Amino acid sequence: MRLTDEEQAMLAGELGEVKRWALDHQVQVGRMFDAEDLVPVSQAHIMGDPEAVGVAGAAFLERLANQGARTVVPTITDPRGVDLNYYSPIGQTEEMAELERRIIAALTGMGVMMTNTCINYQTIMPPVAGEHVAFGDTGVVIYSNSACGARSNFEGGPSALAAGLTGRTPRYGLHLEKNRQATRRFVVSEQPKDLTDWGTLGAVAGKLSGSYWEVPVIEGLDVTPTSDQMKHLGAAMASFGSTPLFHLVGITPEAPTLSSVGGDRLEPESLSPEMMDSMRSRFGGKGDKVDVVVFAAPQLSLVEVKQVAELCDGKNLSVPLYVCTAPQVYPDAERMGFVEKIEAAGGKVLVGTCFYNGFAREIGEANGWKRLLSNSAKIVNILGGYGYEPALANMEQCVASAIRGEIV
Amino acid sequence: MIVLKCHVGIGEKVEGEALVAQDNFSARYDLDRKKGVFSRPDHELFGQSYDGKILVHNTAKGGVASAWMLNEMKTQGITPKAILFNTANTILAQGAALAGLAMCDRFEDGDVVELIRTGDHLIVEPETGTVTITNRVE
Repeated sequence: MRLTDEEQAMLAGELGEVKRWALDHQVQVGRMFDAEDLVPVSQAHIMGDPEAVGVAGAAFLERLANQGARTVVPTITDPRGVDLNYYSPIGQTEEMAELERRIIAALTGMGVMMTNTCINYQTIMPPVAGEHVAFGDTGVVIYSNSACGARSNFEGGPSALAAGLTGRTPRYGLHLEKNRQATRRFVVSEQPKDLTDWGTLGAVAGKLSGSYWEVPVIEGLDVTPTSDQMKHLGAAMASFGSTPLFHLVGITPEAPTLSSVGGDRLEPESLSPEMMDSMRSRFGGKGDKVDVVVFAAPQLSLVEVKQVAELCDGKNLSVPLYVCTAPQVYPDAERMGFVEKIEAAGGKVLVGTCFYNGFAREIGEANGWKRLLSNSAKIVNILGGYGYEPALANMEQCVASAIRGEIV
Repeated sequence: MIVLKCHVGIGEKVEGEALVAQDNFSARYDLDRKKGVFSRPDHELFGQSYDGKILVHNTAKGGVASAWMLNEMKTQGITPKAILFNTANTILAQGAALAGLAMCDRFEDGDVVELIRTGDHLIVEPETGTVTITNRVE
């Protein structure tokens, strides 16, 4: 890789051990992906929940903090795993909370802003077209690339932190224009209506694409998704396919036309009604018992919290219902009475977490939860591997099922 | 002995037994990392132990969490020795760099999931981009 004088000094340890580690990490990754140099980034976003980071990762972060690590570009965080104001009631332990506290202390010491959100593109500072960033959380990256036209690879916690510490990231993957052209061309057969439909479309497109290096372009949509719908589309696609970028013809900024992303040279493939139905039928059916209902993955916007609140208003839930939202959204949701409506019905709004990244296996076992219902295609995909039998239904059906205790 | 060429990878030279699946890989979605087994019911290797094995998968899927998880797995000592892919994704490569776990991808001779069989004895050399199958004759 071609390094500037400053970068060479970092790598040689002349600017301290922290920068040496960060640049060495970036060079190792850059070499594997044939990066020719590093590109300056304007923001970094770190995924660092305690379940993923673990004890070894916490010790690693503390070591960096003790060595004087300081971020040089605005660096923010993905959801925490433990809501420190509400963890024992859901079966999280003191040990989990303590690990969370250690990670927060270490990151805070480095100047990281603990935003604890996976919807920073709705709540903090959405990137603009052409802006190079180092974002973690696949949902954040796919939205930023696709809906905003920003440039980011999936940066796992250590790499996003390295970018925050050096202000750069290796220039490979989606930082290069040539990798942003479409490689698969999908034609929709049905128009998505609610968030779950958009998530299902993302799940099918992601599963078919099936690799980080595929870029789907989707045509045939008569409707323009809202930010929340785009969020579910992207989160599901990234979850099912490891997909970091998609284009919607006539909708997303890089695809005013099919040919602007090279889609005219690709064979059209239909996302048939059968494919959509078969994706839906993988996850539970009417009459199945429900143990817990979860709205998360991604965290809910203010608009979504309001929708859940209206459905819960004056009702009596017979199974636990959790809503995960961002710390930036919660104060508004509280002020406007949405939190009160959800909690009066028997639900609970969690702040700064996203359920699946909060020791989901352990809390499932602690509470005897197996049958989980959600409107998020992403979360039902993930939790199958965590000992749950997840089912997918739209927001209205989820709340109605929470009232009845079985899938309606 | 069969020598396979691949792209320059990450980590040190390692030796071990292959565990091969056509499936894709995510540390968060597919594994019970405490027990060291594949825990996702529809994964091809469901119930099998990955501890001490050289995993051979088609590609990496899913979330960014795997970037931390490989380091934790390596520190706990319940870990694959190396992971080989047809195509890695950025997260797994970043995770390998943090953990110091060997990882290679992009094999010149074709589909690595076909080229390597479960039980093969392998020497993985990321620095030069070579993987040697020592228990089979060409």
